[in-house]
Amino acid sequence: MTVDVRRSPLAELAGELAAVGGPGSVRFAERPFRVQVELRAAADAPVSRLYEALALMLPRGVGYVASTGDRDALCLAPRWWLVTQSPEPAPVLESALAGRLRTAGGAAVSAVDVSAQRTTIDVTGPNARDVLAHGCSVDLHPRAFGPGRCTQTALAKAQVVLQQLDRAPTFRVLVRASFARYLAEWLLDAATEYVG
Amino acid sequence: MLYIPCPWCGPRDETEFRYGGEAGVAYPADPDAVDDAAWSEYLFVRSNPKGWFEERWVHTSGCRRWFTVRRHTVSYEIRDPRPIGEST
Repeated sequence: MTVDVRRSPLAELAGELAAVGGPGSVRFAERPFRVQVELRAAADAPVSRLYEALALMLPRGVGYVASTGDRDALCLAPRWWLVTQSPEPAPVLESALAGRLRTAGGAAVSAVDVSAQRTTIDVTGPNARDVLAHGCSVDLHPRAFGPGRCTQTALAKAQVVLQQLDRAPTFRVLVRASFARYLAEWLLDAATEYVG
Repeated sequence: MLYIPCPWCGPRDETEFRYGGEAGVAYPADPDAVDDAAWSEYLFVRSNPKGWFEERWVHTSGCRRWFTVRRHTVSYEIRDPRPIGEST
């Protein structure tokens, strides 16, 4: 039997995050230890074959997400993707991806496990958009953003990957581990006026 | 604050970007053959026009890609965002 000694960046704040707000305003939850693999492809890499290898649909372009079950592929920039899925022993996804991608893309592609780089905070509820708007200048209004979209930007001056999951709305914030505590405390502060 | 249109991410605040100076300054084809005057010309002298100016930006907080825009140095109007290497 192996003992899980991992400690998520927001473990100490889990109680506080869970205690704030409710279904009528905004709620926060850390989703610790999600698997993240970054893909980078050279200019001549066969991108559509990469997606076949991942069993994912091709996103429409930068800023869009292709989801298959629990696995999301976020297109962060031209020829740069972040694949995330729920926790599992990380090397499994990385080696599986790397193997399949090597077959599909050859040396023009790299797949690197970056699971420890970021942690995930889900922000959900009718006021989620208002809370994020306190520190994020990207237009998250439904006419400009929506489920299946993602973007990299600054939230309260911390670099984040922002993804919208559903119309509740639920936003998924992927933040660097070293910024997680700062950002979580900022979110709790920004939510003060909505959670009464 | 400038509102800069990234060719991939759309319009974003200036604070998400870093500036890269004038676009289209070519590296000398044979750097060893360039004398000091021409080398300092290459390194330091820019066109600095009053009016439309081709310049480079990098979207540091976003997609981290370099691109070229045409900015008016008086009105700060920005046009024609495009990836490096593509002309308008």
